[in-house]
Amino acid sequence: MITIDNVSKHYGAFQVLTDCSTKVSKGEVVVVCGPSGSGKSTLIKCVNGLEPFQSGEILVNGISVGDPKTNLSRLRAHVGMVFQNFELFPHLTIIDNLTIAQIRVLGRGRDEATQKGLQLLERVGLKAHAAKHPGQLSGGQQQRVAIARALAMDPICMLFDEPTSALDPEMVNEVLDVMTELAQEGMTMMCVTHEMGFARRVANRVIFMDQGRIVEDDAKEAFFANPRSERARQFLAKILHH
Amino acid sequence: MAYNWNWGVFLQVTPTGGEESYLDWMAYGFKMTVGLSLSAWVLALLFGAVIGVLRTVPNRWLAGFATAWVEIFRNIPLLVQLFLWYFVLPELLPPTLGDAFKQSHPVFQQFFASMLCLALFTSARVAEQVRSGIESLPRGQKNAGLAMGFTLPQTYRFVLLPMAFRIVVPPLTSEFLNIFKNSAVCSTIGLLELAAQGRQLVDYTAQPYESFIAVTLAYLVINVVVMAGMRWLEARVRIPGFIGGK
Repeated sequence: MITIDNVSKHYGAFQVLTDCSTKVSKGEVVVVCGPSGSGKSTLIKCVNGLEPFQSGEILVNGISVGDPKTNLSRLRAHVGMVFQNFELFPHLTIIDNLTIAQIRVLGRGRDEATQKGLQLLERVGLKAHAAKHPGQLSGGQQQRVAIARALAMDPICMLFDEPTSALDPEMVNEVLDVMTELAQEGMTMMCVTHEMGFARRVANRVIFMDQGRIVEDDAKEAFFANPRSERARQFLAKILHH
Repeated sequence: MAYNWNWGVFLQVTPTGGEESYLDWMAYGFKMTVGLSLSAWVLALLFGAVIGVLRTVPNRWLAGFATAWVEIFRNIPLLVQLFLWYFVLPELLPPTLGDAFKQSHPVFQQFFASMLCLALFTSARVAEQVRSGIESLPRGQKNAGLAMGFTLPQTYRFVLLPMAFRIVVPPLTSEFLNIFKNSAVCSTIGLLELAAQGRQLVDYTAQPYESFIAVTLAYLVINVVVMAGMRWLEARVRIPGFIGGK
């Protein structure tokens, strides 16, 4: 589904990503973790072309993201993305947040889009809030709406960029529950997150990044039981002992 | 101070040989000021919005063009720009076009040059407001729009601009007020707008206080109406749950 092959990226002289290679198969859930500044958010943004990269290749469903001839908008329409800061459109009601791209990008009719939107809102438990604006919801609720908004486009895979990092601790679980359910239904997911509980529960593989490199790329059992690199061992020791 | 107040002067018939009273002169000036400013404002908003957007796009040529536009029209004094449009430009146009302009009705010439001048001057300022509105949005909003499959123009249209314009309503209100006040400069090329009519009234009646008090009140009325209108607009587009919302 997603193939990342030898991707490197630099801002001027600063190397952000160095020779990153990995694969996410259909139905697989891959968690990307690592210390801040390790390039994990940048890597995931390269997957749908929000960040350009200078060398290497990324294929999503067989389409090359870096190829200038690729219609990125069309590709992105089917790659769902959830952001750290939710990024709902504040001037639109919740239901309009879910329908606008269905209507304007996929060309669906308003009724069909609304129906789909309400169905997804119900699924994330927020149907009652359809007529509100994003500013009237809590962070956790907004993030659940953001997930529903991405799902409304019938994505072939979902990218999560630290979806729970900006949330109050109390609200983390409601978002993780939605993500867990999604994973169990067989959605292909690539998640940048520090939620190791989530990784243990649902991930197939864990990628560990440090200083722009993929240091470790393992089945989750192997990663948690016996990380190969010293850096990953330190990282896990620091975040797991609480 | 020995000054003969005479508010009845406005009802006197002017000595130019018609039925017109001085009040009619003032009314003409008022209509000219409002018509000129409103038409210039519509153009300024249009140009300003486009140029403001172009200043924020990734394409360097477009952004450079927009920057040049803003710097040129913002940094030349309004009066100088007016003279350029009115006196110099017709000479630089292709002869047929220039002559056609110079042979058109003098009031049209004055109005057209004034409108263009005010519109372009103000468009540079509107563009800066629009640009700052767009840049004040969280960076993630653009990414969120693009990630939904919107093209860049669609992202502006459906995601960035609806918020940016709401944010800039207050600063745009002052630009809107400014365009009415700046329109007084156009009296220098002979356009008989409000300020010019006030001065003419002084020349004819030697009643400067009454004239300029009337002119002042007229500008005040215009601006109170504009402010009320913009406040209404601001309240109407306010977003529930957002800063300043209910």
